[in-house]
Amino acid sequence: MTKSIARAAVLFALIAATAYLAFNYAPIEKSMGVIQKIFYLHISCAFSAFVAFGTCFYANLRYVFTREPKADWLSVSAAEVGLAFISVVLVSGPIWAHPVWGIWWTWDARLTLTFVLGLLYLSYLLLRSMIEEPDKRALFSALFGIFAFLDVPLVYFSIRWWRTQHPQPVILGGPGSGLEPRMRVSYLLMWGALTGLLILLLSARYKLEALRASVEDLRREAEVR
Amino acid sequence: MALFANTTVLLGKELRTEFRSRELLTTTVVFILVVIVLFSFTFDPSVGESRKFGPGLLWLSFLFAASLMLQPCFLREQNNDTLSALRLAVQDPFSIFLAKLSANTVFLLLTEVLMLPIFAILYNVHILAVFPQLVLVLFLGSLGVAIPGTAFSAISAQARMRELMLPLLLLPLLTPVLIASTEATSGLLAENPGLRIDWLGFLAGFDIVFLTALWLFGEYLLEE
Amino acid sequence: MTVQAFAPTGIRFENIEKRYGGLYALRRVSLEVAPGECVAFAGRNGSGKTTLLRIGAQLVRPSGGSVSFPGANGDELRGEDGGVKPPLQRPDAMGAPLGFVAHATMVYDELTAEENLLLFAKLQGIAEPGARAAALLEEVGLSERRGSLVRTFSRGMRQRVAIARALLSGPSVLLLDEPATGLDPEGITWLASTLRRMRDAGRTILMSLHGESEISALATRAIRLDAGSVAADTRARSDMRAILTFAGA
Repeated sequence: MTKSIARAAVLFALIAATAYLAFNYAPIEKSMGVIQKIFYLHISCAFSAFVAFGTCFYANLRYVFTREPKADWLSVSAAEVGLAFISVVLVSGPIWAHPVWGIWWTWDARLTLTFVLGLLYLSYLLLRSMIEEPDKRALFSALFGIFAFLDVPLVYFSIRWWRTQHPQPVILGGPGSGLEPRMRVSYLLMWGALTGLLILLLSARYKLEALRASVEDLRREAEVR
Repeated sequence: MALFANTTVLLGKELRTEFRSRELLTTTVVFILVVIVLFSFTFDPSVGESRKFGPGLLWLSFLFAASLMLQPCFLREQNNDTLSALRLAVQDPFSIFLAKLSANTVFLLLTEVLMLPIFAILYNVHILAVFPQLVLVLFLGSLGVAIPGTAFSAISAQARMRELMLPLLLLPLLTPVLIASTEATSGLLAENPGLRIDWLGFLAGFDIVFLTALWLFGEYLLEE
Repeated sequence: MTVQAFAPTGIRFENIEKRYGGLYALRRVSLEVAPGECVAFAGRNGSGKTTLLRIGAQLVRPSGGSVSFPGANGDELRGEDGGVKPPLQRPDAMGAPLGFVAHATMVYDELTAEENLLLFAKLQGIAEPGARAAALLEEVGLSERRGSLVRTFSRGMRQRVAIARALLSGPSVLLLDEPATGLDPEGITWLASTLRRMRDAGRTILMSLHGESEISALATRAIRLDAGSVAADTRARSDMRAILTFAGA
């Protein structure tokens, strides 16, 4: 308990320090101005979200083939944490886009994929809440998760092909391409800090799910007696 | 070969039951009709506007209709535990899915082809010259709807609020089908109609990806 | 009934466990049923009878343990390993055709009796499905109503169709979950005589029952399940009675 509080405190300090660096150490981007700072958070969160959904897919497959309850705990944890990160992405994106592009939202491939991905995993969590029996819940949500994840590249490419035929605002030439060194340091630190946050949240949620499962077992046993 | 034989027998059963009652077909046709009529109030269905919005609303109405039509697909098998009887009888459980998704594709295609002329009249679009190509697009698109739709019908049958769950699970996943089918249909309804081979290829790819997934994971969907 | 060739087969449950969440439906049940035995399972609702029969029919995946079908001549037809990794294997793929009668009828209400039997006969790859279906309809006394939708049948008639479906493959192992459900006294007598013929021909029968009846009189062995474990197991006539009547409580 104290250990996890200590870990959280260290991580919080790291994120605060990185945020400080992003604002005061890294230079201000010329064309976009100070609003570009949101990218440190935006891109790192997007990365964490995709890692979380990838983990969820792995846990889904693992559950179907091994039927270990642990795999199910990991999938629900990863889906929830991923959804939390993707919410940050979906909120920070428009805040950045409005001053730069002059619009809050555009149906660009990456944006749309993020949105559809959020919807798919929201359905995943809803489905879980609609199946009572633990084994069935684990199995059927895992199978849905597998199908949903397979859809990700298809969604991405369909929107990409579709949108290249229509005019669209240009997203900056990808981070890392000739990035200013101080910017790069800030990016890397933020990325590290948020990956740390991902791991922390994931393990905390996983432990919670393990506890929840044992409470559910006890409750069911008590009902029978 | 057992797979093929079982699939044929099961497909025969699916078609026979449906054509005996025609419950799904009639309700779906009426549903699509209602949606198409209601959509016409949301914009001015002149020739130009219809070319722009028509294909999208057509496919949106097909998608919504499908998410309702696929609902009873596995639910029906629960009534008398006939799914267990099928699982005990078939040589390969994939045949159960293959038969059901073929039947669903047939039902979707039938209702769509029936609705096309009505859509054409109401929205002033010309379909006669490109009818065979349109049917090809409808076929690949309907298959793309039916494959994950049949799989998810087995999932939603296990859940509470299943009437809402199926559309919720299915519709976001069908984003690529909606885009590809709409684009391919737009190409055919344009002033200079053309078959969009790239989008047809994409649809075929989508169908293959999910058919493979269903082949790999289908039998787990049948577990109790 | 047309005589169907079959290989005498028993059924062996080894350390079968089934958990629903953390709740045990079956706790390490081990049972060896020899070819030709007729076993009656008794026990309260929720004691695990249905689960055990469905695991035997390979419809439910056990959380642990395995089911196998030992033949009379010592050859072993193994079901799935205790783990969950391999997909559920179908019993007749292992050469031991199973017949299963569940609580539900397992036939389609929207098809006729004949269509139902034809459908399942064709799916099971039975030679001359038409003749087989006709013979079974005759056997269960539904020849005259073969063209009627099952929906129009009484509960007792539906149960007859259900039993006919289970007998299609001429199974060497029959699993019946409360087969007398919905049958009138005449139907029970008919079922008892059918099962007696199956038993006397050397087919293995496992059935769950509620209380004593003409059908329970056929049993050569009685087993009482209690909270997912075998509480009593006997082949002695005198003890069987106690086990079977206890279940009614």
